[in-house]
This record gives sequence, C-alpha cells and structure tokens, in this order.
Amino acid sequence: MYQLNSVTQTYERRGQIVTALDNSDLTIPDNDFIAIVGPSGSGKTTLLSVLGGMLAPSTGDVMLDGESLYDLSVEERTALRGRKIGFVFQSFNLISWLTARENVQIPLMLSDKTAKQQEDRAMEMLDRVGLSDRTDHRPSEMSQGQQQRVALARTLANDPQIILADEPTGNLDSETRQQVMSYLNEFHKDGRTIVMVTHDAETAAFAHRTIRLVAGVTNEIAMARAA
Amino acid sequence: MKLRHMIWKELWQRPTPMLTSLLAVTLGVTALVAIQNITVFSERKIAGDMESLGANVLVLPPSVTLQDYYGADMHGHTMPEEYVTRLALARLPGVENLAPKLCVEADVDTIPVTLTGILPKSEFQAKASWQGLGMLGNAVGSDRGCCATAADTGEADNDPNSLATTRTIAELGDRDVILGRDLASQLGAKIGDTLPLLGEDFIVLTVLPSTGTIDDGRMFAHLHSVQDLSGAGPVVNVIEIMACCEDAAGGLITNLSAELPETRIVTIAQVVQTQIAVNGLMSRLSWVFLSILLLVGGASIASVMYANVTERRKEIGTLMAIGASRNFVTQMFLGKAAVLGLAGGAAGFVVGTIVAAVLGPQLLGIHVRPMPMLLGVGMGTATIVAVLASLLPARRAAGLDPCLVFNDA
Repeated sequence: MYQLNSVTQTYERRGQIVTALDNSDLTIPDNDFIAIVGPSGSGKTTLLSVLGGMLAPSTGDVMLDGESLYDLSVEERTALRGRKIGFVFQSFNLISWLTARENVQIPLMLSDKTAKQQEDRAMEMLDRVGLSDRTDHRPSEMSQGQQQRVALARTLANDPQIILADEPTGNLDSETRQQVMSYLNEFHKDGRTIVMVTHDAETAAFAHRTIRLVAGVTNEIAMARAA
Repeated sequence: MKLRHMIWKELWQRPTPMLTSLLAVTLGVTALVAIQNITVFSERKIAGDMESLGANVLVLPPSVTLQDYYGADMHGHTMPEEYVTRLALARLPGVENLAPKLCVEADVDTIPVTLTGILPKSEFQAKASWQGLGMLGNAVGSDRGCCATAADTGEADNDPNSLATTRTIAELGDRDVILGRDLASQLGAKIGDTLPLLGEDFIVLTVLPSTGTIDDGRMFAHLHSVQDLSGAGPVVNVIEIMACCEDAAGGLITNLSAELPETRIVTIAQVVQTQIAVNGLMSRLSWVFLSILLLVGGASIASVMYANVTERRKEIGTLMAIGASRNFVTQMFLGKAAVLGLAGGAAGFVVGTIVAAVLGPQLLGIHVRPMPMLLGVGMGTATIVAVLASLLPARRAAGLDPCLVFNDA
C-alpha cells in the first residue's frame, strides 16, 4: 500500500520556484487501479516519479508497505523497484538492439536469475501477451501494439506487486488501446496495484478511481467499476 | 542473458564509432609493437656483431699508442702477467672474459712468423682463487645489448676454432700451436703437422677459419710456453677484455683504470655508445609514440563514450527504472571500453608484428619474430587507457536521472 503524506515537490527553474506537488496526500491501497489525470505540467509525471522511488520529494513522506521509501538508499530503492514495481511507458522504451525475448529478460537478469530461468519466464510472459511467435524479433520489426505488449511482458517479468503506467496508450490506435487496457485490467485482476497517468478519458475509465491533479494538488474526482 | 551479452550486442549495434575507437587504439599499440620489436632484434644483432668482434676493451702498457685494434699487441712493450690476476680478483661487473697475449717474433724453417702466446681458460680454472670467484666460468653481464647472449659459451670454447670468434680457447697444450688461415697456407701446414719453433717441436692443433683480420697471419701457442721459450718472462703485451657493451660504454673503463692505474685502457667506446644510444632512443621513441597515439585513442574513446551516453540516455534511464543499479550501468560502459582495449591491443600486436617483419629487413637488415610479451603489454596498456578514458562517461551514465524515461520528463 502507498501512503503519501503532505508530499511537496518543488523545482527551481530560471530562478523561479515551481511547485509540482503541493502538500499532497494520497492513499493507494493494495490491488487498487488508479488513473491520474490532469493538464500538462500539473505534476502527473512528478507524482509517478515520486511513487517509483526515483524522485525524493522536497518535503513529506512516501510510505510503501509501511516502509519510508526515501529513507532507503538509492541502491536499496533501485533493488526495491526491480522487485516490487513494474513500469509501462508511453513510447514502450524497449531496447532497440535486443530481441523481444531479450527485452523481457532484462529485469530477470538484473535480479540475478539464471539464463534458463530468464528464458523460461520470458517465453511464458510473451506467450501471455500473445507474442510467442515474435520472441526473436527486434522492436523495429514489430507494430506499435506488439511493442507495447512486449513492454507489458517485460513489466510482468519479475511479477511486480505494483505497476506504474505513464500514458500507456498514448501512442496507440483505438483498437490496440483496448487491447493494452485489457491486459492492464487483467494484471489488476491478478491482484496487482496499478497507477496510471493518462490524459485520455476513455483510458481513465478503466480505472477504479480517478485522481485529478491540478497545480500539484490531488483531487479524487471519480470512483467507478473497472471496465 | 548476462551483462557481457548486452555489451557485445550493443557494440555491434553501433559499429562505426566502435571501429573508429578501435582503430585509434590499434594504431597506438601497432607503433609500440613494431618499434619495440625492431629495437629488441636490433639489439640482438648488435650483440651478435659485438660478440663476433671479440674483445672490446684493451689493457695496454702506458706508453703504447693504439694504431690498429687487432694489432694492438704488436708494439714490443710489456706489462706483468700479474695484472691479469688482479683484474680477475677485482670481479668488475661487465667483464665477461679476459685474454692476455704476448707476441714474439720467431722463425719456422726460416720463414718469419708472429707467435702469439695466449692463455687457455683451463689455466684460469686451475687457479683456485679465481675458480672460487666463479669468474670466467659464467658470463657476467646483463641480458640486454651486447650481453644479450653470453660471451662465454663453454661448449663452443672446447673447439679450438672458437679462438677465431671469441678470442678465447678452453684447452691448449704446452706444445700445441694454432695457425691462422693465411699462415697455414704459407707454411703448407695442416692439422697434426709438427713445426719447429723457438727450438722446440710444436704440433698443429687446428687451422683457424679465415677472419679477415691480422690473426689470419699469426700462430698461437700457450702463453707460458711462449714466455719461457722466448725468454720474455711472466709478461704480456696486452690483456683483451670481452665486456658487456653497456659497461664498456659506461663505468667499466673508470673501474679498470682505478684497478690498473699503471696501464692504458682503450675501448671502442664511441662505437658502443652510439649503438647503445640508438637502441635506447628507439626504445624510448616507441613509448613516446605509444603515449601520443594512445592519448589520441583515449580521447577518441572518451568522445565516443560521451556520445554513446547521450544517445542512450533513455535506454539507460529505462534500465535504471526497471532495476539496474548505478554499478551495473558503470560496468556496462567500462566493459565496453575493456572489450575495445583488448581487441585494439590484440589487433595492434598483430599489425605491429607484421609491420616490424616487413620493415625490419628493409630498414635495418634484421629479421624479427613475434614477441609474445608485447601482446600482453599491448593489450594491458590499451585496456587500461580505454577504461580510464571511459571512467567519466560511465560515471555520467550512472548518474543519469531515471525520471527522464517518463513521457514529459
């Protein structure tokens, strides 16, 4: 479970203080599915970075499963990310010179799995997203939808408890968007917590809760049944 | 999949900058290997040449002027044979062999000849005090320059013909005589013949091969026999010293002069010094070339690595977001640098050896062979330079903010 207590994040840009998160409080229980919406520059990405343990807030606490995330060292947070958190990116962020299988193997390699374990798990995940016939293809040899599915397989590789998704459907057509959101919904049903940043109302509708972020302030605007 | 697998695949993903860096490193190591190779084999050739020259230091009576290197004993002045003992006991570093000589005029069947008394090594060995010092039983000297090969090769000295090349002989009987090629022809003598000399009969032990020197017209007998039969007493005209080039060109002459102040020490120091200087210059030059080229190679690698980090920012951020530690990212770049260094070092060794093999005979008339030691030196140096050049780029990569992976970061 995530617990954000009075989290403020400020930047200095050209001598001016910019407030990305303003004294925000947010609780995200286990197996929640949250959509974070808001205009550009409202602090959505900052919130995702803070939740991912990659950006220490200026003030406030971020608790994950009762542990203060930013009391951990950088290396400990990196290890925790590899173990508990998976990411989905708008532009997929696949390594262009590795095959689909090798891309999925990366988080497994980073968690010191053996070559056999890596290969078996990667094949299993690619099979789950319907790409068992594309394991040796490079990203450039696949469609956008297929690339995002490889990215989803990579996200699932280490069986993370939390998935942080940054505009996961931003680069996809409507049909592929549906497909990707179905997978995310499926991962949610597996028991995972999903925090998704999006500016698309249709995509946000898949979430249980929608948090609107305006000028760094969080407001819960909707709670609905997941699609 | 392992880290090395990722490094290898990434290297081939961007072959052009990789090959540029590789070329720079290869050139540096090529220069080192080629010059060092030529230098080492040049030194060996000089060593061989000096060895064939024989003695390179002469100890003469003080009033004697050196007119001819090989005829330095034909002046009629003498000095006590005891000087040889003093030299041997002094154990001067760099002295490999001593060859005292006494020249007298004699007749063989009315034909005038120059008889040179020489002291075989067996005489040295018989003197317990010298033997105890290990003198003359083992070559003294370093493993470079003229001393790259030992002057005192015991087995070869058992052959009387070694006198022609090493100026020393292991065994020589009281009534044995060795003839130079020209003199043997003039006397019509051959091995086993008996020749009347200073009132005694001597047996021809061997006829020396032609040396192109004054020795071709001489005959050699045991020093003590010559001293006794000629009535000269325990004296010699010259003590030839086979010394290491470096020592002959350096402190040995001073030491010899200090040991035997009543003599004149003559050396072919200028020749030796020139050869040593050329060798040293070439050796130093190779390191200068290596340094310059590796500096260029290092700068090239650093530049390529910086560009690589910039180009791969998102990729690095992604890796860090999904669990790659800073250490892993650092290793990814340093590992790549190490591969470039090892490959550049190995390629430089191969190319450098080929260059040396081609240029050696053309420029210096020497034949070179691969020197495995340079493979290690080349690969080690290139790897160290490549890794050092990549330290800052790798550190920069490891310090990247993983937040840059997000959409509007």
